[in-house]
Amino acid sequence: MEFENNQGALEEEESQMESLILNDNTNNGGDPLSNGHPLSPPAEIPTSHDHTVNDPLSMTSSPNPNSSFNSFLEPPSYADAVFRSFDDGHNSNNNKIVSTSSASATSSSASSSGEYLKISVTDPQKSQDVVGNSLVPGGGSYVTYLIATWTNLPEFNGTEFSVRRRFKDVVTLSDRLSEAYRGYFIPLRPDKSVVESQVMQKHEFVENRRVALEKYLRKLAEHPVIKRSEELRVFLQVQGKLPLVKTTDVASRMLDGAVKLPKQLFGESVVSAAVDPSEVVQPAKGGRDLLRLFKELRQSVTNDWGGAKPLVVEEDKEFLDKRKKLQDFETELTNVSQQCITLSEINDNFLVDSRLVPRELKKISSSLPKQARSAVVTNVECCAICLRIQYILETHCIIASSNKRRMDKLHEYLGVMLAVNNAYADRSNALLTVQTLLSELSNLNSRIEKLEAAASKIFGGDRSRVRKIEELKETMKVTEDAKSCAVKEYERIKENNKNELERLDKERHDDFFGMLKGFVVNQAGYAEKMASVWETVAKETSGYAKSS
Amino acid sequence: MITTQRSMNGGGGGLQSPRSNPPNSSSPYLTVSVTDPAKMGNGVQAYISYKVITKTNFPEYQGPEKIVIRRYTDFVWLRDRLFEKYKGIFIPPLPEKSTVEKFRFSAEFIEMRRQALDTFVNRIALHHELQQSDDLRIFLEADEQTMERARSQETGYFKKKPSDLMQIFRDVQSKVSDVVLGKEKPVEETNPEYEKLKRYIFELEDHLGEAQKHAYRLVKRHRELGQSLAEFGKAIKLLGACEGDALGNAFSELGAKSEMLSIKLQREAHHLLMNFEEPLKDYVRAVQSIKGTIAERANAFRQQCELAETIKLKEIDLNKLRLIRSEKMLDAEHEYEELKADAEDATRRFETIVRLMNEEIVRFQDQKTQDMGLAFHEFAKGQARLSNGIADAWRSLLPKLESLSAS
Repeated sequence: MEFENNQGALEEEESQMESLILNDNTNNGGDPLSNGHPLSPPAEIPTSHDHTVNDPLSMTSSPNPNSSFNSFLEPPSYADAVFRSFDDGHNSNNNKIVSTSSASATSSSASSSGEYLKISVTDPQKSQDVVGNSLVPGGGSYVTYLIATWTNLPEFNGTEFSVRRRFKDVVTLSDRLSEAYRGYFIPLRPDKSVVESQVMQKHEFVENRRVALEKYLRKLAEHPVIKRSEELRVFLQVQGKLPLVKTTDVASRMLDGAVKLPKQLFGESVVSAAVDPSEVVQPAKGGRDLLRLFKELRQSVTNDWGGAKPLVVEEDKEFLDKRKKLQDFETELTNVSQQCITLSEINDNFLVDSRLVPRELKKISSSLPKQARSAVVTNVECCAICLRIQYILETHCIIASSNKRRMDKLHEYLGVMLAVNNAYADRSNALLTVQTLLSELSNLNSRIEKLEAAASKIFGGDRSRVRKIEELKETMKVTEDAKSCAVKEYERIKENNKNELERLDKERHDDFFGMLKGFVVNQAGYAEKMASVWETVAKETSGYAKSS
Repeated sequence: MITTQRSMNGGGGGLQSPRSNPPNSSSPYLTVSVTDPAKMGNGVQAYISYKVITKTNFPEYQGPEKIVIRRYTDFVWLRDRLFEKYKGIFIPPLPEKSTVEKFRFSAEFIEMRRQALDTFVNRIALHHELQQSDDLRIFLEADEQTMERARSQETGYFKKKPSDLMQIFRDVQSKVSDVVLGKEKPVEETNPEYEKLKRYIFELEDHLGEAQKHAYRLVKRHRELGQSLAEFGKAIKLLGACEGDALGNAFSELGAKSEMLSIKLQREAHHLLMNFEEPLKDYVRAVQSIKGTIAERANAFRQQCELAETIKLKEIDLNKLRLIRSEKMLDAEHEYEELKADAEDATRRFETIVRLMNEEIVRFQDQKTQDMGLAFHEFAKGQARLSNGIADAWRSLLPKLESLSAS
């Protein structure tokens, strides 16, 4: 691509500079319609231009109302591409990053079937808790947010609706999702903040939380499986109180468990010593599952330190390899993320200091009035030059901040890694359950055998022993059922892991390539622009060089 | 042209020296270059010596070309002598002594000093008055022993001639008497133009100082950015390594480019240092030299005033003596005549200084414009070069990225 020498008059450059700054400012606020596209980071990407030139077929059919802007612009050099599309990239938040030439159906629902699910979180309002539930006197007030949804997914009955939710509801949603979708890479919810109620009321805190909630819900909406979940639908659509089961408070569960515990520990005959099949599909939680927790803990200790290998192990070598790779990836990503932060800090310092140079030079160029005329001329030139330099620096600022946003994608991936770790933890837990059940089965089996052996020696059988054997056989059956449930669950989670991993790989591939390309194009265009302005300045001052 | 006279180590765009005539013309010329820094001696006594090459057709000089070895202290000697003799002229400034031990022998410091010394001597050689100086000739031609002798003579208070010492005493005396008599304000000129000039010089000193500070910071930032980019490149390469496949390649390429750019940045930082910050520092020193001249002018003015007063008093005395026809009258008349001669000298000295200063200011302004303009030009050129380099680097990466992402 030829480099268009964009040497306008100084005024034109100034006005361009102003429009650059303006656009940058006006488009930082959340645009509710902007971000349904799963491949789009919330930053501008100028490669939309390259794509109109290179690959018109891959233009997304994103239902973005502002995409028409791009059709008005000619395909120019990198420099212009970067800067014009800054104007529009900001306006439109148009986000087709990468020429996914096959608008692949797995992750971009938007481009394949025209479906969308857009969420916005706005309007935080204070609300009072009427029921005196809180222990803190004077507390009991909380903040609700207006959560608005636009969608055309068939699962939802309707296209536009909104509800009010508080942060606790979000926590509930997140908990239910992680129970129901074990093995999936579920985005992590924003942190609970353990701060005083005073701080909770502060505007900045509320605003940060609002932004975080919006990001979280949007990420959920991007996940191909979770966006269709009942839990999410209920959260987004059902008015009034959130009808999801809250995590029962620990106290009652403790009591529950404590009541059952003596029976479990001492009453061998209780059939419910076996693990209920339906419970097997959940990881062991505190309280009621105390016994189960103990068993699984014992199993994991045996796995780690016992001599015998457990009966079922993680066999999938591919999985193990992938996991190791992901761990390495996470380490390096953290490193790179840190470097990016350092880099942008230093860049900022650079700019701050660069700004001061032209001002100082102007001062120096001042001269006594009756001196050589050449000195006076320099003064005027100097002003012109200084203005140019200021323009350069303004541009640099814009680029730097856009780079920062781009790099945010990198930082976001760190969050994704956490979700991956959670999914892997689900898998390990399920495996542990299977292993526990298997060893219990073998345990029961050996006891039955022993009893049978002993009973067979006595003629006519030992009444109590026979009864015992019967009971044990019953327990074994139940445990067998539980085991097959657990195995099924484990396989299911494994399958989920695999699919998610593929999805992640694809997304990561696309995301990162887009990020890289955008970054590189940005830098190239900006550097060219800078070079042209500096060359102008050098030309204007070349008079000094010649006479030297 | 000066550039051909520059040392091999000089490179382009060093400190700006005034123009000179080409050596082949028949008009008189005197060009000097300071080259070849070499470390001499050991330990605490170690110092750097420079080769000073003179090419001239001045009749007073020994020959068309002469090479001598000089050290920093010799340059200081030259400057002090010129400052003494040529009051009113802005003597070119010298680079500072290094205050920090460990940098005294760093390559960068030595190079900067060499350039500054080269500029110093050349400026003297091209100044129409200073180039006539005997001291300059001694400096450029004398063998080492003569030089050493001259140098050791001039250092310390022992160098001051008795009349200088007397002058110092008189200065102290008048200062004391001023204070005692309650005349706190020293006698100063009331020339409004001159006032403006002084104010301008002081303001200029501040501005130059600020600008130089900023230039220094700019250089530092360039270096930091370069370093940070290198680390970033390394980290990204590691990320690519554990990513593998096309994406991994892409990251590796990005990392490699970052490292390459880091080198460019470091180079530009050096260029900035030499061609932007150094000239500013040079001018800071130049302004300080001017302040020295201002002080000399004030001195001369004060001397003139004092002598004028002393003469008045002497006249009164003389008339008294005439009236009473004392024997002391003849002596008094002698003294009176001497005083009058001194006063004339003082007045002449002062007026010379004033005249010279007026010329010098014009010359200084012109040169400042020239030099600052050039410094700025170099700055712009360097930045353009850097930006172009960056643009090329990134542009070359794109097709690779395209092909990798498609695979």
